Amino acid sequence: MKRQRPQTRNRFDQAMAGYLFLLPAIVSLCVFLIGPIFYALYISFFHFSFLDPQNKQFIGVRNYIHLFADPLFLRALWNTTLYAIVVVPVQTAIALFLALIVNNLKGRTFFRIVYYLPTVTSTVATSLMFMFIFEPQGLVNNFLKLFGIHGPNYFNSPTFALPSIMAIAIWSSVGQYMIIYLAGLQDLPAEVYEAAALDGATGWRLLRYITLPLLKRTTFLNVVLSLIGTFQVFDQMDVISQGTGGPLNSTLSVVLDLFNQAMSQNMGYASAIGFVLFVIILLLTFIQKFFFERNDEAGV
Amino acid sequence: MQRRVSPAFYVVAILYSLVSLVPFVWSIYTSFKPTAGVYDTWVPLSKLTLQSYKYLLTSPQVSFMQWLLNSVIVAVIVTIGNLIVNTLAGYAFARFRFPAKGPLFMVFLAVMMIPGQVVLVPMYILLAHLGWINTYQGLTIPFLMSPFMIFLTRQFFLGMPNELEEAAKVDGLGPWGIFFKIFLPLSRPLIATQTIFTFQGNWNSFLWTSLLESSQNMYTLPVGLNNLYGQYNAYWNQVLAGVLLLTIPMIIIFFIFQRQFVQGISTSGIK
Repeated sequence: MKRQRPQTRNRFDQAMAGYLFLLPAIVSLCVFLIGPIFYALYISFFHFSFLDPQNKQFIGVRNYIHLFADPLFLRALWNTTLYAIVVVPVQTAIALFLALIVNNLKGRTFFRIVYYLPTVTSTVATSLMFMFIFEPQGLVNNFLKLFGIHGPNYFNSPTFALPSIMAIAIWSSVGQYMIIYLAGLQDLPAEVYEAAALDGATGWRLLRYITLPLLKRTTFLNVVLSLIGTFQVFDQMDVISQGTGGPLNSTLSVVLDLFNQAMSQNMGYASAIGFVLFVIILLLTFIQKFFFERNDEAGV
Repeated sequence: MQRRVSPAFYVVAILYSLVSLVPFVWSIYTSFKPTAGVYDTWVPLSKLTLQSYKYLLTSPQVSFMQWLLNSVIVAVIVTIGNLIVNTLAGYAFARFRFPAKGPLFMVFLAVMMIPGQVVLVPMYILLAHLGWINTYQGLTIPFLMSPFMIFLTRQFFLGMPNELEEAAKVDGLGPWGIFFKIFLPLSRPLIATQTIFTFQGNWNSFLWTSLLESSQNMYTLPVGLNNLYGQYNAYWNQVLAGVLLLTIPMIIIFFIFQRQFVQGISTSGIK
């Protein structure tokens, strides 16, 4: 009996210490995340204006129904989807390509730093830098002039504004995904390569049948992170269009729409947008997981 | 895997370095151009001037120094707060036994999946009720914890050998002593990674800061610069000078912590 006392004492101490260590995190979690999430869900069923919360009106799922009839939201959803469809694969491909190239070079650290710099830079800074570069008389158009091409006024053109933002996004995030690929490449087992080399596999076949399949987990991670990021895009759209999502709503993203709705006092509606965004991101993550796991089983 | 590398690889790598660097170089160059020559492609070196930097840093019409100060204050408080809150929590999840640990951890994991924008509206309402819009409290207190960093911290402490803890127990240390005297001194890479990530995230934060700051005096740098562009969008030399002043502190921190930075990215990548 005497031996048990210090043990239970110890266990109690541990539990107390555990709860105390967690206390600040739990308080913050409840007050600034979980509480607000439930409140957001609650007001998404109301017609709710911040100026006048007493007059909030229960409207059930009408906010959600209205979303899918609202040309502004549908446009934002379409723009964001298009943005993700272009940015995610292009950025992943460039990141993989650069990682494969840089992995065997001397001066790898140098390239790693240089490619990573745009990622460290704030999105507001990169947006402003490129707005100047994409000016009608800016660097890009002056360069095109050398080949006799008359470049457009990128950010005032409904055709070119979104693609230009895509280009900026790709430029500024390739470094991050390249670093993850480099880490993945470093983890590849050398024995597999030796065995493959004995079998006479070289160059392209090595890449196609060994490296790419072994990097699948890394690719999955990159694609998921990138998808989550692209669906939450806001900064570039807001800075470049100065909050309007223009020209002609061509750069309105889902989060920019959410932000503008909240600012124009449509709080319930804005909350509904937030939840639709959440569901989209959740679905995409599951689809990705399913897709990659199924391929795993098929041994592709 | 050391093999001979074809020179073509170097050519491609260098070309992409140019793609990465030219926008920065061009912005630096432009920030030194006189206002009259901002749109001239080539301005001779002798005509370059510090005028836009002087204007930004001294003109009473632009509270640039105030924005810089706000950015520093907010980023430092949020970073230190996160270090304390996340490290304690991650350590508890990794090293203590207590009832309901599993479910609690699941809650943190679940919340990690939810995009922050979902709580944009309630957070605004909450902070408005507290009177925290346009205050340092509003810009810092809601952001002192990160589920992702707690997850990272937990992984880090899980990876440390049990013998460490047992040896400390034999020496008569309690749970607090073990944390402060044994584990904390060993977690330098974890602290570095967290510091860099949190500082960077906060320094560059734009969505939340533009929501919570409506008065010029409370702007942080990204919000201030966006506003500066909105007001004086012809003065590209000034806007780009501001962009560089916003970017340089982050680049300095990046260079100092470059190794841990890249490691932090990689380790968080191998989940």
